[in-house]
Amino acid sequence: MKIAVASGKGGTGKTTIATMLAYATGSGQYVDCDAEEPNGHIFLKPAIEKEFDFTMPIPHINTDVCTFCQKCEEACVYKAIVIVPQIKKVMFFDDLCHACGTCSYVCPVEGAIEEIDQPVGRIRIGRAKDLHFLEGRLNIKEASATQLINNLKKHIIKDATVVLDAPPGTSCSVVATLDGVDYVLLVTEPTPFGLSDLKLSVELVESMNLPFSIVVNKDRDDVTIIDEYAKQKGIDIIYRLPFSEEFAKLYSEGILPFDDYRSDFENLLKKIEERI
Amino acid sequence: MSRELVVISGKGGTGKTSLVASFAVLMKDKVIVDADADAANLHILLKPKIKRKELFKGNMPAKIDTSRCIRCDECRRLCRFDAIRIDEKGDYVVNQMRCDSCALCKYACPVDAIEMVESISGEWYESETFYGPMVHAKLYPGAENSGNLVTMVKHRAKIISEENNIEYILVDGSPGIGCPVISTISGADFVVIVTEPTQSGLHDLRRVKELCDAFKVKTGVVVNKSTLNEGITKRIKSLAEEQGSLFLGTIPFDRCVLDAVINREIPCEACGSLRDVYAEILKKAMEML
Repeated sequence: MKIAVASGKGGTGKTTIATMLAYATGSGQYVDCDAEEPNGHIFLKPAIEKEFDFTMPIPHINTDVCTFCQKCEEACVYKAIVIVPQIKKVMFFDDLCHACGTCSYVCPVEGAIEEIDQPVGRIRIGRAKDLHFLEGRLNIKEASATQLINNLKKHIIKDATVVLDAPPGTSCSVVATLDGVDYVLLVTEPTPFGLSDLKLSVELVESMNLPFSIVVNKDRDDVTIIDEYAKQKGIDIIYRLPFSEEFAKLYSEGILPFDDYRSDFENLLKKIEERI
Repeated sequence: MSRELVVISGKGGTGKTSLVASFAVLMKDKVIVDADADAANLHILLKPKIKRKELFKGNMPAKIDTSRCIRCDECRRLCRFDAIRIDEKGDYVVNQMRCDSCALCKYACPVDAIEMVESISGEWYESETFYGPMVHAKLYPGAENSGNLVTMVKHRAKIISEENNIEYILVDGSPGIGCPVISTISGADFVVIVTEPTQSGLHDLRRVKELCDAFKVKTGVVVNKSTLNEGITKRIKSLAEEQGSLFLGTIPFDRCVLDAVINREIPCEACGSLRDVYAEILKKAMEML
């Protein structure tokens, strides 16, 4: 069973919910797909057993054999290659390159474009007690975590209960995280910001045909905008974590009261299982 | 030439939008930009009146003409984004959400069954607010998180500032360190990083600061909700100073800010005691422009 924890808005408590849910699985797996800012390790404090680079094949143009025909330049939709045939100059902008392989495919000259693997992120594998820990970590200056997330998911343990911690937002890296999961928890908070971004997330998971429900974090009795929206859309609020200053203090130190909430999250796992 | 003040955070939910809305009240002569097209919220507080709305043409994803396709599998085999699948009828289809629009499949197809088709991935708006002109956008859910859309709204803001002799551009950025953030900070004259006194905030601050350094933009740091953990607030202050960021100040935790946002009010207007705090931070940031 693969459960993704997502939210449109950042800072609503995805990592809190995802780590506590993963902890309740016992010997399941926690997967941090928020590769731009991975924070699950702060709370789970895993012992890292293995760590390696994730690389992408970046083209290198060999000007000794290149005929400056500009076919690669015309084919590159990301505008990462500029060729000036008059002065036999090749300019390559690696921060624009998506490592798609089109330039080397269209190149008519043998050996003119060679692809060289370059690291764009790290994959870290470890354990927090019985829980398996997996994390993707994008290198600074890299623009997209999508490929890293796709690759990270190849290290998911088959047949385990897996909790995926998604990046914020509703764009391509979130799609990569949600693709192929069995259930999605959308974490939100009772503010107009939380509601506005929740609506976008709902649109996304509905378009992907994924079963989902809402978790309200920092819940308070006097604000009911999320309840009203959920009721009107017929979406279930499956769990609520009330706002507590004491909880926020612990969180700030990188501590979550895992054992105090274990039975809550075991129940949540059971509920999700019944729905799949 | 207008000068650009950008607010980002690394970690989400640290209070970027509350701070930018408050700056929008206090700052004179500026165009306001919401560059967080993926989860835009500034409009909730600034209540813009939309004057102009345009569709944003995103990438051109691939489309397979199944009547011409000979099911040779070349496209699926070559696609590095795993965007081509075989459906239950055995037809080759493109998953548009995964397609990166690179067109490799189009070049590889031996029967010309693949073409790249125009897609609309969002909208952008030019609006008027009580606090000045605003440019903002909405990326459709599932669309490629396009730094291009950010570049587009920033470009529109620059044009508006030039046409109207407006001195400043104030930009609300998105969380993270990826392509929209890179587009947001490129060309910025000063970047304000808003963080919170938590281990997560501190961790993410380090990464986003490193990104700003790599692009050689000057940064200042604000700790929001500072009183939630004075110890970590102190650590952030010394870290900022060690790493060559200007420490701009702290905003104490105050339930009034949360209540203001719930009521769609701007914290600096709704919470009298914080007005001077925001003003002091803005003053320090403006001196760096």
